[in-house]
Amino acid sequence: MSTATLTRRGFLAGSAATGLVVAFHIPFADEAAAQAATPAAAQPEINAWVVVQPDETVVIRIARSEMGQGTLTGLAQLVAEELDCDWARVKTEYPTPGQNLARKRAWGNFSTGGSRGIRESHDYVRKGGATARAMLVQAAADDWKVPAAECRADKGVITHAASGRSTTYGKVAAAASRLAPPTDVALRDPKDWKLLGKRLARLDTRGKLDGSQVYGSDLKLPGMLNAAIRDCPVFGGKLASFDAAAIAARPGVKKVLRVGDSAVAVVADTWWRAKSALDALPVVWDEGPNAKVSSADIAATLKAGLDAPDAVVGNSNGDARAALASAARTVEAVYAYPFQNHATMETMNATAKFTPAADGAPARCEVWTPTQNGEAALAAAAEASGLPASQCEVYKLLLGGGFGRRGAVHDWVHQAVAIAKEMPGTPVKLIWSREEDMTHGRYHPVTQCRLRAGLDAKGNLTALHMRLSGQSILAGVFPQNIRDGKDPVVFQGLNPPGPEASIGYSVPHLLIDHAMRNPHVPPGFWRGVNLNQNTIYLECFIDELAHATKQDPLAFRRGLMSAHPKHLAVLNAAAERAGWGRPAPKGVYRGLAQTMGFGSYVAAVAEVSVDRKEGRLKIHRIVAATDPGHAVNPQQIEAQVEGSFVYGLSAALYGGCTVKDGRIEQTNFDTYPVLHLDEMPKVETIVMPSGGFWGGVGEPTIAVAAPAVLNAIFAATGQRIRELPLKNHSLKKA
Amino acid sequence: MPSLNVNGSPREFDAEPDTPLLWVLREQLGLTGTKYGCGIAQCGACTVHLDGVPTRSCVRPVSAVGPQEKIVTIEGLSRDASHPVQRAWAALDVPQCGYCQSGMIMAAAALLKAKPRPTDADIDDAMTNICRCGTYNRVRAAIKVAARGGDASSAGLVIQHVDGRRS
Repeated sequence: MSTATLTRRGFLAGSAATGLVVAFHIPFADEAAAQAATPAAAQPEINAWVVVQPDETVVIRIARSEMGQGTLTGLAQLVAEELDCDWARVKTEYPTPGQNLARKRAWGNFSTGGSRGIRESHDYVRKGGATARAMLVQAAADDWKVPAAECRADKGVITHAASGRSTTYGKVAAAASRLAPPTDVALRDPKDWKLLGKRLARLDTRGKLDGSQVYGSDLKLPGMLNAAIRDCPVFGGKLASFDAAAIAARPGVKKVLRVGDSAVAVVADTWWRAKSALDALPVVWDEGPNAKVSSADIAATLKAGLDAPDAVVGNSNGDARAALASAARTVEAVYAYPFQNHATMETMNATAKFTPAADGAPARCEVWTPTQNGEAALAAAAEASGLPASQCEVYKLLLGGGFGRRGAVHDWVHQAVAIAKEMPGTPVKLIWSREEDMTHGRYHPVTQCRLRAGLDAKGNLTALHMRLSGQSILAGVFPQNIRDGKDPVVFQGLNPPGPEASIGYSVPHLLIDHAMRNPHVPPGFWRGVNLNQNTIYLECFIDELAHATKQDPLAFRRGLMSAHPKHLAVLNAAAERAGWGRPAPKGVYRGLAQTMGFGSYVAAVAEVSVDRKEGRLKIHRIVAATDPGHAVNPQQIEAQVEGSFVYGLSAALYGGCTVKDGRIEQTNFDTYPVLHLDEMPKVETIVMPSGGFWGGVGEPTIAVAAPAVLNAIFAATGQRIRELPLKNHSLKKA
Repeated sequence: MPSLNVNGSPREFDAEPDTPLLWVLREQLGLTGTKYGCGIAQCGACTVHLDGVPTRSCVRPVSAVGPQEKIVTIEGLSRDASHPVQRAWAALDVPQCGYCQSGMIMAAAALLKAKPRPTDADIDDAMTNICRCGTYNRVRAAIKVAARGGDASSAGLVIQHVDGRRS
């Protein structure tokens, strides 16, 4: 793995706050390896994005976090495309959040979620590459005293054909770094791309093959201690008391301490000793006002919201209520979607070190953590330490899974800093047990949906009312973004026609509204977010309407999609590849779904069989189509599409967190099962970029996984599953 | 001081007898390639070889491992990521976040040693590790590539590895 944290003297010289990188611990377990992996200082920085070393190594800075989705490689391709460097010489590194702060956000947004890594930064990172290229060429031209326009650059070599001269990026980098950057660089036309659109291998694979990749939970710093933590099992409860003396004599235990209002932690020499001692610690909780809340209570609250008058409108045209009242026929169904845990393979963790002010040096707080948003982690470190952000720093490590859990809320960073502050000068690594991780998540929001359709005498859809009832992520995470009681994110995939998450159907009379009902269980952005359940609701109900009117589900959809050509194109492509309309293998049934979200258009056809005697589902094959506008690395898109089916099918088949006595009942993978390899269908991915826009690929496909399978199950059994997860239903023939 | 035979060398450690092997490897011996995922032998991220048998080290008390039992961790599978499974993994760009992959690779290596030409059913039975990113199909394909002697083209997955790049 070639990602190191930026630590150049060149940066220090140009930095507004030169103290920032002092006392810097490289986040590698082996200090010698860390030294070797750190570029020798003073390599010329051409601009914020590009460093070119004398040995021709090109270091591309990556602001977004790599968590498996491949953004590190894709973003490097974007810069390298315009830079015309040698891809074989590319390395990457993360600038730190503190450096971004000091340089007035030279690297822009660090937030890595919503499939935004590439679609939000493609323009400025390519300009970073193009600007650096122009400066390198200008430096050569200046040296040769020829016009820059007469020089060419390719794979890091600059040539001047007329004079037969050539040089390399490494040789002119120092001179280039002293030039004023041009402000008018042009970006390459997509038809001329050399690296973008290529099926390049990832840049971060090697360390993941031999155990050398250091994740947050692997970090080891000199003098480091380890901490385990337990938060009140009931959300909203508090820590009443604990008996530290009962475990004080256990081996390795250094400290037992209260963390915030609701948690207790044990610090020991090793994590296992800290965790074992914590397990033995007598703790009394004040479980607070939510101590008796159950899933049934929450479901009843949401059900009431299906008819409540206090709904806000997300999308409407015509007069759906009137049209429903006068429809020749109506069809109605209620769907429900549960809480779900992200269940990243690596549990939450952070290492924090609090250094008090001494000898004129200000106090300092440093955090090493896997985070989807380094800037938010820095803000959390500042808040928890009580220090200004300029006295804090965050060193990002690769994530052992993110899926939204490590982005908006940094509760574990708050905890780690609070612990470290009690042990000044000592780095403390906090690792959550799987049980802590399962029961203190930021859960996929719980919602229900009532759909009412009006049909005319010929079976045409004339009116549709979708009433969503349930939890708002923004209300729980960013309440300041709620406007007039409306959480716009609730309507993902159901928005009016436009570039983001728009509905793919035209209905003469449409009303989609939301009654916000927020239980006490904290919500979070969960890979795919609200597109997941909204697509299940709409795509399964559209399937219901097709069957209710004895129409083919594909033909019925096509009739509603003439004004939505991109939605239709992916649906057609998936259907055609899957053989829709032609016989499936014996005993195999098909279902389909389409949606648009995170800037991309996606569709899937699932082929399943159901053993009705055993009630056993087998998903044989999935054909998926994606139009992300521009496809930066098609083989990585395929990996994301395949992964999206694992995540989406895990959720559909098994993913459900239930609440009893105010707490989450599922504590580990035995009670929160996920899809395994033997259940994984064959996936055929069609990447069909239509150009002209940049869509995300990490999330949208998740949304079509469940409805395609659920619709196929209906085709196989006549059984309509309207409440997830599927494991709560028997598919045995009654 | 008690000792273990790890990756071919005797290693002394200091831990209570009920400490899981996983945490001795990670915290006493500095071998952090073996991961903690669940602690209850569900996810397989902690898989190591004990006398060649894939074993979930998170539930194996260190006292139940004899000093002569040969433990192989991901760090000891090869010196330079050259084991056929590691090479196949690299060829097909299998890892995403990578956190589960040490366990996946150890499970696959043990499978191929026991069954050099595994069927799909053999792979289903042996590869019970959890991956949340969703690398399962590439895991299966890479095991088949390794079984076929490393011919990555047999997977039908086009990935351009730029010459000169080591990773």
